[in-house]
Amino acid sequence: MNRQITTLFRLSAVGIALLITMTAYWQIWAASSLADRRDNARLVYRQLQIKRGLILASDGKTVLAHNRAERRNGLTLYTRRYPYGPLFAHAVGYNTVGDGRTALELAENPYLTASNSDLATVISNLGSTLRGETVTGDNVITSLSKPAQKAARQGLESQGLTGAVVAIEPSTGRVVAMYSSPSFNPNKVDQDFSRLSAKGGAPLLNRATQGLYAPGSTFKVVTATSALNAGYGPQQLNIDAGGHCITVEAHPLCNAGTESFGTIDLKTALTNSVNTYFAQLGQKLGQRRLENTMQKFGFFQLPPFTYPTDEMNPSGIYQNGHMLGTLAPIDVGRVAIGQERLAVTPLQMATVAATVANGGVRMAPRLVDKVVTPGGNTVYMGKPQQVERVMSPQTAAQLTDDMRNVVDEGTGTAANVLGLNVAGKTGTAETGVNGLNTAWFIAFAPAEDPKIAVAVVVEKTPEFGGQVSAPIAAKVIEAYLGHGVAN
Amino acid sequence: MRSSLRLRELLNLILVGMLTAIGFASVYTARQNQISSTSLVYAGFFLALFAVAHIGVRAGLPNADPWLLPLAALLSGLGLTEIYRLQPTLARDQSVWIVIGLIGFLGLIFILGDVRRLEPYKYSLATAAVGLLLLTMVAGTTVNGARLWIRIGGVQVQPGEFVKLLLVISLAGYLRENREVLTHGRRRVLGLDIPAARHLGPLALMAGISLGVLAVMNDLGSALLLFGIFLAMIYVATGRHLYTVLGLGTFAAGSLFIYKAIPHVRERFSIWIDPWTHAHSTGYQVVQSVESIADGGIFGTGLGRSLQVIGHGQTIIPAVQTDGIYAAWSDETGLAGAAGLLLIYLLFAYRGFKIATLADDSFSKLLACGLTFSFTLQAFLIVGGITRLIPLTGVTLPFVSYGGSSIVSNFLVLGLLLMISDRAASRRQT
Repeated sequence: MNRQITTLFRLSAVGIALLITMTAYWQIWAASSLADRRDNARLVYRQLQIKRGLILASDGKTVLAHNRAERRNGLTLYTRRYPYGPLFAHAVGYNTVGDGRTALELAENPYLTASNSDLATVISNLGSTLRGETVTGDNVITSLSKPAQKAARQGLESQGLTGAVVAIEPSTGRVVAMYSSPSFNPNKVDQDFSRLSAKGGAPLLNRATQGLYAPGSTFKVVTATSALNAGYGPQQLNIDAGGHCITVEAHPLCNAGTESFGTIDLKTALTNSVNTYFAQLGQKLGQRRLENTMQKFGFFQLPPFTYPTDEMNPSGIYQNGHMLGTLAPIDVGRVAIGQERLAVTPLQMATVAATVANGGVRMAPRLVDKVVTPGGNTVYMGKPQQVERVMSPQTAAQLTDDMRNVVDEGTGTAANVLGLNVAGKTGTAETGVNGLNTAWFIAFAPAEDPKIAVAVVVEKTPEFGGQVSAPIAAKVIEAYLGHGVAN
Repeated sequence: MRSSLRLRELLNLILVGMLTAIGFASVYTARQNQISSTSLVYAGFFLALFAVAHIGVRAGLPNADPWLLPLAALLSGLGLTEIYRLQPTLARDQSVWIVIGLIGFLGLIFILGDVRRLEPYKYSLATAAVGLLLLTMVAGTTVNGARLWIRIGGVQVQPGEFVKLLLVISLAGYLRENREVLTHGRRRVLGLDIPAARHLGPLALMAGISLGVLAVMNDLGSALLLFGIFLAMIYVATGRHLYTVLGLGTFAAGSLFIYKAIPHVRERFSIWIDPWTHAHSTGYQVVQSVESIADGGIFGTGLGRSLQVIGHGQTIIPAVQTDGIYAAWSDETGLAGAAGLLLIYLLFAYRGFKIATLADDSFSKLLACGLTFSFTLQAFLIVGGITRLIPLTGVTLPFVSYGGSSIVSNFLVLGLLLMISDRAASRRQT
């Protein structure tokens, strides 16, 4: 019988080996994917026991996110509260147990949960752990301005408009306003998630960073930059814009209304947003040069922005939901006027305006001014970060002058703010549905010393960018500068 | 010879005692941020208990295997530590059960003396086993869909643990008597030697019992266990693969029928295939178990430092102190601790099977073999279930899980194995 007994022992050894293998599978191979599962109770309770850091507006006083403590089963559990509800919903995001976290709540999660390896935080936590206290996260002070944010919301929401506003401080890249309409109540995401994600109008989508729209004539700023970068002088820039329509790639391309212009210069073309001029300029530049300028502005890539990559889209030329690379076959004349398959985010267009405003240097956008431990030590300090020089200061000055003219006497007069020089560019792109446009306005002010650059987009509106979007941009600029830039 | 064996056992036990003390101290510091004497009192008490058992073995079974008692002590020490960490009040109960188990262990050694005295009672023991099953069927209470418990006074007893023990003993007796006829059948059917029907009757009864346990009591775990023991012991007794094949065939057919007929079994199976879609209902236990195991990583979160209890004694994994104890242990000690625990079972199996090969009479061989295999198979079923290697069935992890019946019956298994090894070694000496 001993032979059979040996067989049984071998069988037992195989069984034990299988058990060890299976355990190793869970603990090594599957561990990371299991740790983030929503049904993982450990994750949920661990999160609920962390007192997340506060999220504050740039004034350092206005609280955008805090915690509500609850005693349950002898444990103190913290849930997130957002005092301003829908106002900062997209910019700040939400943190829930069941439905994950978004935006800053996700991007700054290591600081907010004090789980980063920063030495000051580790020492501060060590003290808490030894004293048996709750671990408290670091406070994140954002660059967001409450007045600018409120003005953005009022501008869109009071008229029931769908769209987005992004405002940037040109010299630093600080994002001072980021609003997407329709918004949602971040305090109720847990209860409402399935309803919100299925709801028409997609309120959970952050249109400011993810929304892709045809830029229309606002893109002419990019085309103009490309021409000036190419060293074009009056010879190349004085173009016969022809009559009301010209033929581009075998199809008629027309100006808005019934206008005809004849031979005009860049300033006149920009002021009056002459399509027939810019289409020819684009063809003259060619695809390679135009796309090179686009790349300098940040097109064709995700913005250098500390924000969840899932919540951003690169701007570029899209086909069937996928971005084409540079040098894909395109109708360059129509790209030059912001049509074709060009699709851009409001953040990208705000960056275009901010780059011109900043004398031609593109800054990386950022939302965090600093991070402070509960004890008051600063563990992170946001610094202005140059990405690259897109154009010379002279070119930037010339474009500023041209964009001043747009607001003074061209298509953007509705953006005038009393006692302030605003530079801007309108844009109206047809959506393909008759009578409905995507209405844009990009602007910065004051033109002589820019403190704020704005992009406003309104979806599916019968109106033009100069009519519906420009006044919103003006309100945001006024609210921001009126309340003192020091904020 | 004999003093060196017992000295080795004592040294092993002291090592186990020290490990247990470290374990308790670790749990205690995680809980209180300080070391208290309570943890050392627990460990001291534990060491004293096994010192008494050691003295008993020294007196009654001087030539017994020196490894099994320390291994059993280690397993129950680890189990007690983890139970203490999950719920201190349950650890107190478990200590009481360990005391009762050790009393039973010593009682068995001194009263029985020689396992071969059990052999004549093989049919009575089988009858007792069936009687216990019938009693559970009639008077049992249903927990989690399975009818496993009877209440005696204020104590819940799980007769299945003892039924298993009784059936192994009676099967060993039966097979010793009939292995010749079973090995060399009288009639040839389809080119195979088949024994006479009257010799096969008891075996069919045994198969019937295990399937009956499943059908009537909804206890998939015990059914698998009994059937596995049954097949293994016939294989050892006869060396014929015919029985294994026949047995597996019968089992497959029976399982298919039962799968179709019993919703409880079907549900267990579908949870096994995909627990994630039922993560908040029927699959909750499996999902939380594997997530707990995964949480441990290679070196674990540390004893007492994983998230198991969410206040007021409510645990994340349902029945964590019984079904889920391996998950909690793996979480806190990681792959290192989990593999270590499983290797202790392998060592136990090694010593058990070794004793079976050394035993010089067939009854002792079959008994040692059956007991060891049932011990190992039971560990395999519950750990396999909790790691989703096989469908989860609610059997206990021997010596580690919380539960009086399990602890007591496993100490009886230990006693029987030590008695067999003592006799084998004594005869070799003379």
